[in-house]
Amino acid sequence: MQMKETLLGPIFRNNPIALQILGICSALAVTSSLKVTVVMCIALTLVTAFSNLFISIIRNFIPSSIRIIVQMTIIASLVIVVDQVLQAVAYEISKQLSVFVGLIITNCIVMGRAEAFAMKNPPLPSFMDGIGNGLGYSFVLLAVGFVRELFGSGKLFGIEILPLATEGGWYEPVGLLLLPPSAFFLIGLLIWAIRSWQTDQVEAPDFQIAKHKPAEEAA
Amino acid sequence: MEHYLSLFVRAVFIENMALAFFLGMCTFLAVSKKVQAAFGLGVAVVVVLTITVPVNNLIYQYLLADGALAWAGLPDVDLSFLGLLSYIGVIAALVQILEMFLDKYVPALYAALGVFLPLITVNCAILGASLFMVERNYNFAESMVFGAGSGVGWALAIVALAGIREKLKYSDVPDGLQGLGITFITVGLMSLGFMSFGGIDI
Repeated sequence: MQMKETLLGPIFRNNPIALQILGICSALAVTSSLKVTVVMCIALTLVTAFSNLFISIIRNFIPSSIRIIVQMTIIASLVIVVDQVLQAVAYEISKQLSVFVGLIITNCIVMGRAEAFAMKNPPLPSFMDGIGNGLGYSFVLLAVGFVRELFGSGKLFGIEILPLATEGGWYEPVGLLLLPPSAFFLIGLLIWAIRSWQTDQVEAPDFQIAKHKPAEEAA
Repeated sequence: MEHYLSLFVRAVFIENMALAFFLGMCTFLAVSKKVQAAFGLGVAVVVVLTITVPVNNLIYQYLLADGALAWAGLPDVDLSFLGLLSYIGVIAALVQILEMFLDKYVPALYAALGVFLPLITVNCAILGASLFMVERNYNFAESMVFGAGSGVGWALAIVALAGIREKLKYSDVPDGLQGLGITFITVGLMSLGFMSFGGIDI
């Protein structure tokens, strides 16, 4: 039961992107085509899960003053492995991801989970927590990638879904969705949707706006 | 000279780290509630980027690139797969050294930047700039200009966003969009604005 909570909690209830503001950094730039997005999600989920696992295994031997460096080294080594595998197996995709695979190192989700969860918990729950947070991140990324590719270029995974007007079909693509700013709008709207559903996540405003009063009463 | 000026302008406006490549977003969103704090962080990022990108450039050129170890009699060695590990190590070490140096010699600046310096190690904009430098094959002088330029661009973006957010807190935002949501929409609009710099060439 608790394992299930660790695994599934981060997807909606405690989403790393929408609630904890972690790991948005490198994510948005890779969502304009789904194929690249999926590869990025798998890479990040694996790195988070295994870095959590390894850090949790040696957590009792890490002196707390140098723990950041130790975590960083473990994460960086895992990312190097992922990067090399990608270059060997899927060279085209690794070219499209360019620097963003490397940037998984500084992705706050990986560091954040290592620091907040893996340093305090045994290996198996840590591994699950890593996978759960990876899935939470993937959920947001895939949602954004889906909308951007479907409505921006009428395709999913490169397969035509909505025939484009320029190629004799009927669909006029929304060019804005292929530009970087659209990712911000989509995530903003997604956060709005999640928070309208899970109302306890709503942030309190800094200032309360006073109720409207008729003029004579205010004077 | 013209080449460097154009590179600088590109890095500040057209290829803005925060608004075109989404780098350093976590800190960008977290520390942009007040203009003063945003400005402090911006200055720290400029300083760190101007130092780390050229240093990583030297490390890449003389230690890691294919055939770079020829001066040590090892012309066939290619260590570029160690890149990620070395850059992040260099960044972490330099930030630490910078922190100690400022603490000792410029305490006023240290007090102003203090909280933000350790945060910078894990800021993707810093590592991202080093990775772009490698990918685009900049030489030493170019990497210095690129580092400074992308730092200034990032600082500009975060100060501008903080200015907007300071005004925004008085406005009536729908409940679900409060805080993070409306900030994302604002950043999207700013990013659209910055796109209009595209195509400028000096």
